[in-house]
Amino acid sequence: MENRLMVTASPHIVDRSSTRKLMGNVIIALLPCVIASALIFGAQALLVIGVTTAASVGFEFLYCWLMKKPNPVGDLSAVVTGIILALNLPVSIPLWIAIVGAFIAIVVTKQLFGGLGFNFANPALVGRIVLFTGFASRMTTWTFTPKMEQTLGAIDAAASATPLQVVDAAGNSLLGQYPLMDLLLGNHGGVLGETCALAILIGFVWLVATKTISPAIPVTYVATVAVISALAGKPVLAELLAGGLLFGAVFMATDYVTSPFTLKGKIIFGLGLGIITCGIRFWANMAEGVSYAILFMNLMVPYINDLTRQKPLGARKKKKGENK
Amino acid sequence: MSKFQIFTNGLVKENPVLRLVLGTCPTLAVTTMAFNGLGMGIAATFVLFCSNIAISLLRNVIPDKVRLPAYITVIATFVSIVQMLVKAYVPALDKSLGVFLPLIVVNCIILGRAEMFASKNKPLDSALDGLGMGLGFTLTLVLMGSIREIMGSGTWFGMTIPFLADVDKFTFMTTPAGGFFTFGCLMALVIFIENKTGNKKERSIGCEGCPSKSVCGAKGGCE
Repeated sequence: MENRLMVTASPHIVDRSSTRKLMGNVIIALLPCVIASALIFGAQALLVIGVTTAASVGFEFLYCWLMKKPNPVGDLSAVVTGIILALNLPVSIPLWIAIVGAFIAIVVTKQLFGGLGFNFANPALVGRIVLFTGFASRMTTWTFTPKMEQTLGAIDAAASATPLQVVDAAGNSLLGQYPLMDLLLGNHGGVLGETCALAILIGFVWLVATKTISPAIPVTYVATVAVISALAGKPVLAELLAGGLLFGAVFMATDYVTSPFTLKGKIIFGLGLGIITCGIRFWANMAEGVSYAILFMNLMVPYINDLTRQKPLGARKKKKGENK
Repeated sequence: MSKFQIFTNGLVKENPVLRLVLGTCPTLAVTTMAFNGLGMGIAATFVLFCSNIAISLLRNVIPDKVRLPAYITVIATFVSIVQMLVKAYVPALDKSLGVFLPLIVVNCIILGRAEMFASKNKPLDSALDGLGMGLGFTLTLVLMGSIREIMGSGTWFGMTIPFLADVDKFTFMTTPAGGFFTFGCLMALVIFIENKTGNKKERSIGCEGCPSKSVCGAKGGCE
């Protein structure tokens, strides 16, 4: 990120932050999710996370070595990508599929486009989406612990789906009947990282406290979803806690490379994310829309950046038709 | 250019799909299966061969101003023949190619070769050019179809591959996105091969690097 041109107006504050330090903070913020997934799904979760992360770092190293590029493994970004990708996989995933996902994330999405800073979309996100379209049945095989089945039994639903997909015999959503405490602690089906909302919130607090991310995107995103859910008459809190919304908002939508620079841009970004997510969740034929919302808004980022470009102090507005 | 050179031009150096980037629509659409790619390739090769000869023979008769409608009429005639033959003898292929079979009429490879080559060269050269280009197109389609079919469905020409039977299918490859992905990788591969074989200089931007240099009359008009 060091050699990127700045597009914000002065003053620019120079501090000691480096890619490595920022990525280190993200890894610390991801730890609660990693621990929570191990507690909920068992040791296999740690194995999936370990293999995916190792594969990501391995592919990054191999690609740069083959292409005779400087070795970027030290900036830890591949580690972050690997952990985030692994937290997007169900615990039952065959390990080779996780490795394919790491290849798509690191080699196809990141390195082929020029490496860190040049990827058009979040690498882990593209890895997740490609795996979901490629190995749909493997990626939606949810594992249920006996405790989860107990909860599901209490609300009279079968243990075969994430809370967003749970429906009664007539096809109506049963999300509103889920105990909020179970949603908060992660006692329900889903991918590794998304189930325990509490762990994600701890990570969020750490990221904001260390100023690693600006809270603008997650807050606007979640607030937009809350408002639209309320207007659409859905159970607001349950909509926020279930599915990949919190994980996506905190860890995936805030990727530096694929989110806008300015505050105004970040708010537009968050609004767009919320609208698309709700559109897919409520009115399209998919239960979850977070990943597609983030992918779509990732592609919009260059335009958002262009439209929200800051004016330097004292610069006057260009009149219509005036030459440069 | 020797006769042999004209023929081999279309295979790698001026491969219509991967280097001239013509005919990408049928390429992406029909290559979910190797068999569809082969069928499409043969049909297009036949049309390309015949239309190149016919247009080359008529090149001094067709007035310049109405040449495109005239070419389309010639091409459409041959496409109709192919379509009737395929419908009668290989109805399964007709079904899987669907609208892309009649759409060979507006396939840019065929119109492109008529405009760039057949209208300026003798019938024999044009026939060789049509065959070479058609073969290049067919090979590319079969290659793409094979990659996508093996990875996406675990079969090749409809036959199950024994050791892939129990492995999860990477169905992404049969989606349009998988098609674009395969297409991009193959393009990169062809450029890589070209660079390795020492033709790197020719690829600079401008008329010098243009694959249509030998037949283009614009003389730098598009730079």
